[in-house]
Amino acid sequence: MVRRAHGRAPLVAEGLFRAAAFACAGFVLVVMAGLFVVLLYRSRLSIDRFGWGFLWSAAWDPVRDNFGAASSIFGTVASTVIAMVIAVPLSLVIALFLVEVAPPRLARPVSYGIELLAGIPSIIYGMWGLFVLAPLMATNVQPAMQRVFGKLPLFAGPPMGIGILTAGLVLALMVLPFITAVVRDVFALVPPVMKEAGYGLGATTWEVTRKVTVGYGMKGIVGGVFLGLGRAIGETMAVTFVIGNDHRIAASLFASGNSIASTLANEFTEASEPVYLSALVELGLILFVVTLVIQVLAQLWLTRLARQAGSTS
Amino acid sequence: MRRRPAWPRKALDAAVKVASALAAALGLGFLAWILFVVLRHGAAALNWTFLTSLPSAPGGSGGGLGNAILGTALMTLLACVFGVPIGMLAGVYLAEYSRGTRFATTVRFLANVMMGIPSIIIGLFVYAVLVLPSGHFSGWAGGVALALLVLPVVARTTEDMLAMVPNALRESALALGSPHWRATLRILFRASRAGLLTGVLLAVARVSGETAPLLFTALNSPYWPRSLSGPTANLTVTIFNYAMSPYPAWQQAAWGASFIIVVGVLALTVVSRTLTRERK
Repeated sequence: MVRRAHGRAPLVAEGLFRAAAFACAGFVLVVMAGLFVVLLYRSRLSIDRFGWGFLWSAAWDPVRDNFGAASSIFGTVASTVIAMVIAVPLSLVIALFLVEVAPPRLARPVSYGIELLAGIPSIIYGMWGLFVLAPLMATNVQPAMQRVFGKLPLFAGPPMGIGILTAGLVLALMVLPFITAVVRDVFALVPPVMKEAGYGLGATTWEVTRKVTVGYGMKGIVGGVFLGLGRAIGETMAVTFVIGNDHRIAASLFASGNSIASTLANEFTEASEPVYLSALVELGLILFVVTLVIQVLAQLWLTRLARQAGSTS
Repeated sequence: MRRRPAWPRKALDAAVKVASALAAALGLGFLAWILFVVLRHGAAALNWTFLTSLPSAPGGSGGGLGNAILGTALMTLLACVFGVPIGMLAGVYLAEYSRGTRFATTVRFLANVMMGIPSIIIGLFVYAVLVLPSGHFSGWAGGVALALLVLPVVARTTEDMLAMVPNALRESALALGSPHWRATLRILFRASRAGLLTGVLLAVARVSGETAPLLFTALNSPYWPRSLSGPTANLTVTIFNYAMSPYPAWQQAAWGASFIIVVGVLALTVVSRTLTRERK
């Protein structure tokens, strides 16, 4: 064997470093597994007591210790749907502007500004939503909507400003930069040859976008939408500020409601009874599992796309 | 064959282009609106007392958020002390020791997923693991919760940055007899230091404005943070509590705190972005 100048010390150091690095990488696995196990363990009281019925029971009565997730799930879904309905088309159009319409000198700063929207912390959106957007909704936007749409139950009730609709609007603004970033990259990846073929046939920019770029980048767009969806569902502070925090399921967009995350943020530190606390943790478990599924699907989808793009180019 | 007139198609094209420009302007308009509101209300609240003294009693005026500023700084620092080394070592393992293995693929995948887990869930987890067993809220728990948010970001950027270092550099270091760990720390880290710094700054920017993970861990406190083993004051939870309060003086203070958070977070974001651009 070759004699080492420094004896065995370098080998030991290398082994230690490698072991430490391995432990740190493994730590990610431990945390992700731990999240699920700990949340499941801490919600066992609630699971034992309410069973699967927890998912569709609309009860929320801390005095009688009777809890159900339905109103929180409803508010989460409703505000997320509103957010996606607004944010997805808007993101597509902004991405179109950045890639196809704007000259590069304009596209770069605009793109930077849109990305800055993602850097603003959630609580700042909450402040703006509560003190600026909500009063505006109450005095101007919601009465106008009621005048236009009349007596539809979707727009019934007093225009308070806070509620499901306002929460959806703030969420839309918050997920917009994430979806835009993905869609912009997808649009930019479309091979120029494909677009030039379209232009060569005499198509306009819009026709090339609709028939070539969107078709080519559809899968990437779906991935971006999934990422935005995952963000919107778990968003906490901004929603807590403007959704009204009321355990009820109403048909009106103007009604106050709550989401899983806002219920946790509002009630967790007040929950004194073990069953109450356990029910809140179970809400957290539901949110964790749902976002986990969405994230896993989005990541699998996007990595598969990246691999395909890598193999064809 | 009869020619279809081109003008409807051209008109539609122009309309879409105008609409896309309007949409982009709308996005930027909201950014400007939010920043303007925070800066205007916030600047009115800021003065030397605000930055250095303890909060006023409910309903009282005057006072400041010095304790919350210090608490947020301490917990963000703690998040870096815990999160950055672990994240970097995890990234090193992925990039240097296990490229292409199933373990590396799994860890990379889960780190990506972990970045998308709502931060309130991380807070809930740390509450169950640290706060419940110890019986009280603490700044340590807050720091750990923030560290868990820093970790996947730093791990992924470290791996990506190391992967971009030319293999020749790695091989030359190893050929000179340097052990792999020293080659990594001395040569590869130095070659990719701008990228690594960007990752850390972005993670800090993200974490220093976080509220949800602190709600159940650090909670909040009207006192100076003497030790981190009790409830610890911080800016973001203070904003939440004050904004929901009926006192105008407290709502004003919430705007002041928002100002500090926005300026701090955006400065970090812009600095890290500038670093990235220089590298290219």
